[in-house]
Amino acid sequence: MIPKKEAIVKLIKKAVTSVPKDVEEAIKTAFKEEDNDIAKIQLKNIIDNIELAEKSGLPLCQDTGIPLFYIKINPSSSKVEIKKLEAVIEEGVREATEEIPLRPNVVDPITRENRGNVGEKIPIFHYDFTEEDLFEVTFVPKGAGSENMSRLAILNPSDGLEGVKKFVLNAVEEAGGRPCPPTIIGVGIGGTSDFSCFLAKKALLRSLDKRNEREDIKRLEEELFEILNDTGIGPMGLGGRTTVLGVHIECADTHTASLPVAVNFQCWAARRAVLREKEDGVFEIV
Amino acid sequence: MRKFYLKTPMSMDEIRELEVGDVVYLSGTVHTARDEAHRKILDMLKEDDRKSKICELENRRFSNEELPFDLNEGVIYHCGPIVLREVSDEEKRWRIISAGPTTSSRMNDLAPEIIEKYEIRAIIGKGGMGEKVREKLFQRGVYLAYTGGAALLAASKIKEVLNVYWEDLGMAEAVWELEVRDFGPLIVTMDSHKKVFCRGG
Repeated sequence: MIPKKEAIVKLIKKAVTSVPKDVEEAIKTAFKEEDNDIAKIQLKNIIDNIELAEKSGLPLCQDTGIPLFYIKINPSSSKVEIKKLEAVIEEGVREATEEIPLRPNVVDPITRENRGNVGEKIPIFHYDFTEEDLFEVTFVPKGAGSENMSRLAILNPSDGLEGVKKFVLNAVEEAGGRPCPPTIIGVGIGGTSDFSCFLAKKALLRSLDKRNEREDIKRLEEELFEILNDTGIGPMGLGGRTTVLGVHIECADTHTASLPVAVNFQCWAARRAVLREKEDGVFEIV
Repeated sequence: MRKFYLKTPMSMDEIRELEVGDVVYLSGTVHTARDEAHRKILDMLKEDDRKSKICELENRRFSNEELPFDLNEGVIYHCGPIVLREVSDEEKRWRIISAGPTTSSRMNDLAPEIIEKYEIRAIIGKGGMGEKVREKLFQRGVYLAYTGGAALLAASKIKEVLNVYWEDLGMAEAVWELEVRDFGPLIVTMDSHKKVFCRGG
């Protein structure tokens, strides 16, 4: 069944007023391990800010992002009408904007006229068709500070893994303090230009304790994690041990003449929340 | 680490004392401005320039178009806050909900002329700024870095919305005149001696 508009507002509120537990733990660990004074100030501010959000129920960052929805659904057993679902979600975004409140972030790209948070082709909906008996809606408010640092390269196949590593390192170094590190880095390898970008962002949905299931890709994630933290960019680019909280890679096969690589940044405020149907018409936020 | 508690308007003596790596807590008045407000100020300056040239040719007196707010020797905060409008007893009031810094480098090309024209004493933002800004801040002002995303912490140091200008630009892009108290900890990452903060150093 389609969730009620109120459930969508709750989902959005949960997402913008907290960070997932895995991210909060990683930030607290980074604080404990840090010995640079200025980095410690930055991490302390972040931890205090997360606490303030929990207490007040207000958006922890003023950039409440552009609304992205990832929907997992079983097309053969579900009776959900997609157009109706999208209409309810749009209503939920409108109401959340007033009620929570969110910052009206969506503008016409040509005239820059502000649309609130629902506009032409926004929110962005992604569908994942599953054979499981599952219906869930994941909400990601994607802020511009991190999104603006996105990078895409179509490498030569002969550049190989070394080329991939160099490109990711370069993207993180060029971004410096701008995407609000410590960040989580999503990397999409393979597919086509657009699909590698999609994979890079989708990789960010994974929690920090989960590695790619393929052994060689998992090793690449771990290696990049070390390389990126060795840069010393640190929290807010002011120096320190922790530049990234995690590296997630998603791959797709690609053309024999291509090696697309995309990098998507997620700021430390890695907000996401999932609305899952427990039984017919009953939803929970997980 | 040296700590400074400063009040606006800041004197040049106070600015000169600051060095990269210092920690600042700021009280007083700051103006938010980001991409659109910068553009608008620059458009006004350009228009002034054009008119003054015409006046010169025609031997007429020219007076500048004044900004509706006072930026002189002031502080610019790169921020697009979430603000709630509370209407009570026919009185319009605003309440700051969430107000952390935005990425300053978007203003790299827009800021230099404004820093010079209005003798800006401090820019608060995140992520740092470029070479041209560093040059304009020489013997003039400082860049102060605040923690990106720490928007509720920032809001807790904002005591009042004194005014809003250019609301037509939208909530994020409008110019909000804010009264802040002990706003910080801010890190000096560009000082008025042309020094830039180097991480780890």
